[in-house]
Amino acid sequence: MSAADWRKAMNAGAGRYAWTAARPAPRPSPRPSPLGEVAATGWAAWVWGRVRARHVLALLAVLVYPWVATPFFTYQIGAQALALGLIALSLTFLAGYGGMVSLAQMTVAGIAGYMYAIFATSGTDISLRWPWGLAVVLALVIATICGTLIGWFSVRTEGIYTIMITLAIGVAFYYLAQQNYSLFNGFQGFQSVMTPAVGGVELRAPLPFYYLALFWALAGYFVVAYLLRAPFGVALQGIRDNPRRMSALGFNVTAHRVAAYSVAGLIAAVGGVLMVWYNGLVSPGSVGTSWLINILIIAVLGGMRHPIGPFIGAVVFVLLQNFAVDLVGRERFNLLIGGVFLVIVLFSSDGLLGWWAQGRQYMKTQFNRGPGAALTQRRRQ
Amino acid sequence: MTRFWRWFWVLALGVPAAAFVVWGLADNAKLFLSTALNGLTLAALYFLVASGFTLVFGLMRNVNLAHGSLYLLGAYVGYVVGEWTGSWLLAVAAGFASAALFGLVLQVAVFRFMHGEDLRQTLVTIGLSIMMADVLLWKFGGEIYQFDPPRAIFGRTALPIVEVYPTYRLVLLAMSAAIGVLLWWFLNRTRVGMMIRAGVDDRGMLAAAGVNVQFVFAVTFAIGAGLAGFAGVMGGTALSIAPGEDTRYQLASLVVVIVGGMGSVVGAAIGAILIGVAEQFGLAYAPTYSVVFTFVIMALVLAFRPQGILGRRA
Repeated sequence: MSAADWRKAMNAGAGRYAWTAARPAPRPSPRPSPLGEVAATGWAAWVWGRVRARHVLALLAVLVYPWVATPFFTYQIGAQALALGLIALSLTFLAGYGGMVSLAQMTVAGIAGYMYAIFATSGTDISLRWPWGLAVVLALVIATICGTLIGWFSVRTEGIYTIMITLAIGVAFYYLAQQNYSLFNGFQGFQSVMTPAVGGVELRAPLPFYYLALFWALAGYFVVAYLLRAPFGVALQGIRDNPRRMSALGFNVTAHRVAAYSVAGLIAAVGGVLMVWYNGLVSPGSVGTSWLINILIIAVLGGMRHPIGPFIGAVVFVLLQNFAVDLVGRERFNLLIGGVFLVIVLFSSDGLLGWWAQGRQYMKTQFNRGPGAALTQRRRQ
Repeated sequence: MTRFWRWFWVLALGVPAAAFVVWGLADNAKLFLSTALNGLTLAALYFLVASGFTLVFGLMRNVNLAHGSLYLLGAYVGYVVGEWTGSWLLAVAAGFASAALFGLVLQVAVFRFMHGEDLRQTLVTIGLSIMMADVLLWKFGGEIYQFDPPRAIFGRTALPIVEVYPTYRLVLLAMSAAIGVLLWWFLNRTRVGMMIRAGVDDRGMLAAAGVNVQFVFAVTFAIGAGLAGFAGVMGGTALSIAPGEDTRYQLASLVVVIVGGMGSVVGAAIGAILIGVAEQFGLAYAPTYSVVFTFVIMALVLAFRPQGILGRRA
């Protein structure tokens, strides 16, 4: 199918399912600054103008969370959701803002995990036992390069072709890791991968690991949020909406797309290193088809229109994963998550965030019927 | 493509391939030929699965990622019917019918309402494939099932050089070729086939010409799904059925269709032969890296002909 057909197909579905559809760019919301004229300039004012009560509340909540939760909830639920959310964030960045649904993001994360296990210390003889800092840097660099290569490879295709190619790449890596014993140690993978201790603090302990994951999750979130407003991100969103026009305007479409894959690759790589520390192992199972799909499920579940979406999706996913036992029994987790995913895809335009937006819209029309109601709605959208 | 480039490609790909064939025949002719036959058998299976996939994609732009699940569904239903009636032929028919019916229901009840929303359809098929895999695992457990084909096609056949080869696999090869010819006849010589081809080229014009497009879609989806179920029973007889086979054949049909070109049945045949033969030779001659061969073929095709070997940039 030609590019023109693609655009037609994409635009036809735009109204109802709008990952790839044009959206109005966010406008600055002018508010009188309580700090007066002094702080009304520079980025402090910008931050002041944007931060709302719910942002502060959310930040406080995630900071206080490990002090009120049990170690199980801190580590198994909180930290895992943050690490998985980070990997899914890379997919949200690619799919929601670049229009490229890549299923190979877990592969990139898995490559980072494998590289860390190979360079650092693990229970396998293949590991080189280099210092962990060096291993982390090497893992991130190699995984980012691999992510870029995967991107360079798959930007030749568009839309659902990208899903297919990246799925094929991801599964190919899975089989390679499973069959190769000299580098990837075959079916077993790497067991008991060492998690470093910094200044006497064992990073694998629930509390330090939670804050580590939180730090990188917040970093990823703000990097993506920043990029989306930077010229690069705006151009990327333009390319998502209309590649031909952006090309005519003089933007190098392919370069922007590949660069988006690089950024997403780095984010996924950080998530991958966190995951290998979290699990203490990396094996072909961690990059198998089910995990490739799980990352997509997390991203779609949360919603792709805002960088917070993947983290919401990850929390829901991890909660379902841990408490499916009580609902349907441990064996039937896939049925449950598949069903939830299907319901979300069938009945929401944009995951849980889509329902949240619909709910807000509904509340507004119910409680705000004054003459200014329509105006408020339009401004707040 | 200019004449120079055509010759360039023929030489660049043909000479190493010919060298490998000569070396293989000289080194161990029996191993080489039986590997080639195994590759063709696998290719026959891949073609059966991928032809339905490519047909559905070509007409409806629906990447049916539940296609592998239809394969498994057909295989299990075929197994149950085969056990119940004791007839292998009935099992084959049941495999085809059950998958076709399921596909028909999917198209009429779900995909009809998402026309033109490609990404969403794909996501729905992903959700379906997860649920189907789990339901099948629930109902049939993790055991490995095998069919008992009629005695006439079960034994071994004597062949020159290879000595003996399972008769069933030769039957599978012939059957797959027959299905290919039948599909060609259906697409090129019947009225519905004509409509399907017209729909692949231009859905809008087909609808404007007064054809009931939904009917054509439903027929195509049923045939595509039915072929997957048929392949399930055939593959279950040649190899076995177990959980996880759905992913394997899903991936195989993806790669075959990417290599052969989307929406082209002949392309699916070429892709299936390339991938099936490469996979078997990889397993026989370089077991650690066999998957790499498949991947290299895909990479080469994508790099130099992104639309696939027979794909068109419509």
